[in-house]
Amino acid sequence: MQSPAPSDAPIIEIKDVTKIYGSDVRAVDNVSLTVDRGEFFALLGPSGCGKTTLLRMLAGFETPTDGTVTIDGDNMADVQANKRPVNMVFQSYAVFPHMTVAQNVGYGLKIDGVARKEISARVEEALELVKLGGLGARMPDELSGGQRQRVALARALIKRPSVLLLDEPLSALDAKLREAMQLELVRLQKTVGITFVIVTHDQAEALSMADRIAVMEAGVVRQVASPAELYEHPTSRFVGDFIGQINLFNGNASPAGEGKVNVSAAPLSDQVLDGNVTGSVCLAVRPEKVSVSRDKPADNNLLSIQGTVADIAYYGGYSNLYVEVGAATPILAEITNAERGVGSGYAQGDTVWVSWRSEDTLLFAE
Amino acid sequence: MDNWRKSAGAFWASFLPPTVWLVAFFLAPLSLIWMFSFGVKSGITDIDITWTFQQYARALEPLYLEIFAKSLWMAAVTTFICLIIGFPVAIAIVFAPPKARMWLLLLVILPFWTNLLIRTYALIAVLRTRGHVNFTLEWAWENANGLLTFIGLGSFNLLGDKFEPLALLYNNTAVVVGLVYVALPFMVLPLYAALDRLDRTFIEASLDLGAGHIRTFWSVVVPLALPGIASGIVITFIPTLGSFLTPDLLGGTDSQMIANVIERQFKSANDWPFGAALSFLLMYVTFFGLALRALLTRREGIGDRT
Repeated sequence: MQSPAPSDAPIIEIKDVTKIYGSDVRAVDNVSLTVDRGEFFALLGPSGCGKTTLLRMLAGFETPTDGTVTIDGDNMADVQANKRPVNMVFQSYAVFPHMTVAQNVGYGLKIDGVARKEISARVEEALELVKLGGLGARMPDELSGGQRQRVALARALIKRPSVLLLDEPLSALDAKLREAMQLELVRLQKTVGITFVIVTHDQAEALSMADRIAVMEAGVVRQVASPAELYEHPTSRFVGDFIGQINLFNGNASPAGEGKVNVSAAPLSDQVLDGNVTGSVCLAVRPEKVSVSRDKPADNNLLSIQGTVADIAYYGGYSNLYVEVGAATPILAEITNAERGVGSGYAQGDTVWVSWRSEDTLLFAE
Repeated sequence: MDNWRKSAGAFWASFLPPTVWLVAFFLAPLSLIWMFSFGVKSGITDIDITWTFQQYARALEPLYLEIFAKSLWMAAVTTFICLIIGFPVAIAIVFAPPKARMWLLLLVILPFWTNLLIRTYALIAVLRTRGHVNFTLEWAWENANGLLTFIGLGSFNLLGDKFEPLALLYNNTAVVVGLVYVALPFMVLPLYAALDRLDRTFIEASLDLGAGHIRTFWSVVVPLALPGIASGIVITFIPTLGSFLTPDLLGGTDSQMIANVIERQFKSANDWPFGAALSFLLMYVTFFGLALRALLTRREGIGDRT
């Protein structure tokens, strides 16, 4: 490409990008975001949210209806897929079935006219990197699904792209292999230092791997933040609900002066909380932030409600208590089973108090 | 269906009719012709089966070998032209919008709805001296000449004294044109099927790795479509090799193919044993082609397996 952009500039800049299919299907709707150099970035969202379309626009397989995509300082508007400094790992891997593993991995270098000797050296190196050393002579149909994926990875990494794009790379693997591959991908990314952009619908996958996550819904980016920030400080009900588990209460808020609002959300009423959203609101709290006790907590800083235990789900290290409090759905509290043999210590039908700190409470505008 | 023994009645009821049909109308006549090929004529309609190889020896005389070679050559050229024309057509259909695809496929098979004889006569009307191609060329010639006159170059006769119609009919070219016209759908359909099965992400992966469209075509599309290409070649080549009507109607005196010779033995020459021997030689050539295809698809059938 041309003169490299300064190293602190974002490697990917997506500006006001819209993709319209047919006459009015807005697959991607006015999206702007940046990806930093060396970052592990995830596009997360339910199927049909436009994350794959966005990734394919980075790869050059789709053309934005509107807006600009800049990679490594160059506007990609007139750059064909085969001239872009990105490589992709496809969901189906797309390992060429008529070529050996080594031919697959070396394909991109052969296209670039790299000398045969250098190709075989770099292929061997790339196969070592993805732990497939010595399998270069195999045909793809002699490999397992996990091995085929490593071939796809090596094939994409060997060209040392500015950005590696991964489209649902783990969705075709079984649960155990998927978890191992998550760690493996992170290790690989740290080793090669290449920017990774991964598309996934699996929030656990995104949380455990990515440095930053963009949560998408219906073609729109809802929030871009680090995993911890997304989990602890979601800015919308959708993000809070999509990432992890959450208790939600619909209600109303009115101003209560100097950064405080007065919230009523059944069964809670007249709670003064930090915040500035007013009108129709949604009050939320994560289940592990909720404590359960037999007696009413004395602390005034706590929001507390009395209810009865409707269900207990035991998971070994922790239990999920569903407490009926007269809201639309029972409150979910996640209790650590700290003492052996006791479990959570509660039984179905027990009258209990659920409580949480006001600073753990989330408020979303509806 | 391993319990066919239990319902033997149903098995025989469905097994017998096609078997009887095949034996009575295919195997029996074929065996008869096979036996004729080892016989000699002993009267106007009588044939003695003497198990002699003399008919085969005659069929392998240079005169007939030459016609065999010519037929093979014509069929090969036809198949090659069909492949060159058929591949882009198949690609265009595969990449067309789904709605247009149906109509394009219909256009490909539309000629089958008309009798071959009528289509061949229509081709004569197009290609003959006073046919549509020559009319069009004449029209173009006159206009070009008119233009030359208009710019003051009319007196030089740059385009010749008068329009000379091209001899497009009754020669080998006409036969090849006719054969390509007849065989093209047989090439396009298997190619279409193979390309339609091809996973598009292979093409995208190739582009993503830096290959241009032409490179991707040769190193990804063609190898993965190879089973379809082999099928297309075989089912174009075999009927073309044995075609009889097209060279008969469009060809000149020197463009007869082996099927025309065979037809003559059975009809005007009334030499069934020799015709039978020629027929079987043609069949052996065909079997050889099929065996070659089986070998080719077994080796390159990888694209099929995924």
